[in-house]
Amino acid sequence: MKLSKSIILPFLDWVDYRLPVFSYARHNLIDYPTPKNLNYWWNFGSLAGIVLMIMIITGFFLAINYTPHTDYAFSSVEHLMRDVNYGWLLRFMHANGGSMFFILVYIHMFRGLYFGSFKAPRELLWIIGVVIYLAMMGTAFMGYVLPWGQMSYWGATVITSLFSAVPLIGDTIVTWLWGGFVIDNNTLTRFFVGHYLMPMVIFMLVIVHMWALHQHKSNNPLGVDMRTPADSIPFHPYYTIKDMVGMGVFFIVYFGFVFFAPDFFGEPDNYIEANPLVTPPHIVPEWYFLPFYAILRSIDNKLIGVIAMFAGVCILFALPWMDRCRVRSAKFRPIYRQFFWLFFADCILLGYIGAQTAVEPFVTIGRIATAYYFAHFLIICPLICKFERPLVPPESISAGVLKAQKGAE
Amino acid sequence: MTDQASDDTANPEESTSRRDFLQIATYTVGAVGAGLAVWPIVDSINPPADVLALSSTEVDLSPVEVGQSITVIWRGRPVFVRHRSEKEIEESRAVPLDAMPDPQKDEDRTQKAEWLIMVGICTHLGCIPNGQRPTDPKGDFGGWFCPCHGSHYDLSGRIRKGPAPTNLEIPAYEFSDDTTVKIG
Ligand code: HEM
Ligand code: FES
Repeated sequence: MKLSKSIILPFLDWVDYRLPVFSYARHNLIDYPTPKNLNYWWNFGSLAGIVLMIMIITGFFLAINYTPHTDYAFSSVEHLMRDVNYGWLLRFMHANGGSMFFILVYIHMFRGLYFGSFKAPRELLWIIGVVIYLAMMGTAFMGYVLPWGQMSYWGATVITSLFSAVPLIGDTIVTWLWGGFVIDNNTLTRFFVGHYLMPMVIFMLVIVHMWALHQHKSNNPLGVDMRTPADSIPFHPYYTIKDMVGMGVFFIVYFGFVFFAPDFFGEPDNYIEANPLVTPPHIVPEWYFLPFYAILRSIDNKLIGVIAMFAGVCILFALPWMDRCRVRSAKFRPIYRQFFWLFFADCILLGYIGAQTAVEPFVTIGRIATAYYFAHFLIICPLICKFERPLVPPESISAGVLKAQKGAE
Repeated sequence: MTDQASDDTANPEESTSRRDFLQIATYTVGAVGAGLAVWPIVDSINPPADVLALSSTEVDLSPVEVGQSITVIWRGRPVFVRHRSEKEIEESRAVPLDAMPDPQKDEDRTQKAEWLIMVGICTHLGCIPNGQRPTDPKGDFGGWFCPCHGSHYDLSGRIRKGPAPTNLEIPAYEFSDDTTVKIG
């Protein structure tokens, strides 16, 4: 006690007066007012942050043992798995962490769609989120190339060749990506550097994401603004505890895969070293790209297919202006709620189609699902907004919570 | 300097245009300078000299029988060399051009009709089409079939069905004698 009073506290005050880190942390992590009615769907943002840290840390220790050269990459990963102490653990945490990251972020995004978190005044928060998602896809794609297996090589071939569809400069872009006329050592080294760099960019984007979040604070299941102090509770201890509960559950799932099914998300072909002269009979991208891969394949024209695939992601940027209904939460939007679930099912269906070979009936189903995907954003959302009569949300969070309690009694 | 200041007040229009000129000149020099500084960086990601140096490959064709195909490596890429039979050549020449997404005469795809030489990389997204081995699936047109997204190529390597936009690429090559070809 004495020590802390006489030395530590004055020292902390001294620092805080010059560089207000402690008041900043108190303001944003402890006293920070948070809606008191958040449900478990609000855990996934902080979980994604935890996984980002796990990826950066395990990635660093993998990189120590990894050799970014076509002659050694495959065997250096095997060396890591067999010889390096706990190398298998680091690698399986990293490989499965990538999949977990996407699961968490997908849930996080669908949460935003359901509860209208992308609507004013949170449009930029949403847009930064989509930028993070794009950066994650780039990072994961480059990471998957590093073990230099057959799927690494041929996945990289197909995905980088997408850019050759760009008119006029397409082939130049591809040559830049490859640093040659085929995927080779130059490609591997630049992807390694890119894979190391991008997570740092993601980290900075996450800080901007948090900045935008703390401006207007969290949305909530009712989708109404926080108005009075009675609507909020301090972040600590209430949500630090709740986030930790979520983390425990998540770790059970995550390490369940790491320890008991470490290759569940992987492709057996990636345990065969890359061979530039043999294409595996069935190339599939990692599962998190499958819906977009299905969109690509459902169009029989290279350029339009590629445009549709990128549009599939980028249309999320425009969503705040497609769905302009003032009521945020789907709780009070009987029509939107049904179409939300249809859209969710459509995404799952696209993912399933993306994993199949391109034959009938999958091609036709894929085309219909692709059309529906775009129709959801371009036609259905604006139309619902026009014709739906939403229920009237409660005037405040407190009022809503009290009403729900009364109803339960 | 004092002159300048009094000029400004005496004749504001003239000094405005002089400022404009200085400003535009500065921006221009700055932009050109930035461009000059960026180019070496961009050019460094282009293929380096050692990659460009691997530019040609000699192939001895004498062991390749009629109806056989071989795959050789040129610039790290597979090149299909097929010794076509009379029947294959005739069939390829008989196809009407309007039946093709990327119309090209078979005559324009070979130097010697019996030797079909082309880069064995699907023009869709870069997979290697099947069809080199007798047991491979060859697609609906008897040539090559790309399993990745289902592109069918005919016996002249022309795209006939599927998402690939163009025919298989013909590399630059020349025959040094009847049975030796230099690719690249
Ligand atoms: C946004 C965070 C990240 C994601 C989504 C990600 C994703 C991936 C994926 C999917 C793989 C392939 C796993 C496999 O099948 O083996 C991989 C491999 C790798 N990553 Fe990352 N990564 C991230 C961050 C990092 C960081 C920050 C580093 C380095 C500091 C790193 C270093 C490596 C290395 C060396 C490999 C090759 C070893 C291996 O294949 O296991 N990663 N990454
Ligand atoms: S790469 Fe050949 S069909 Fe797509």
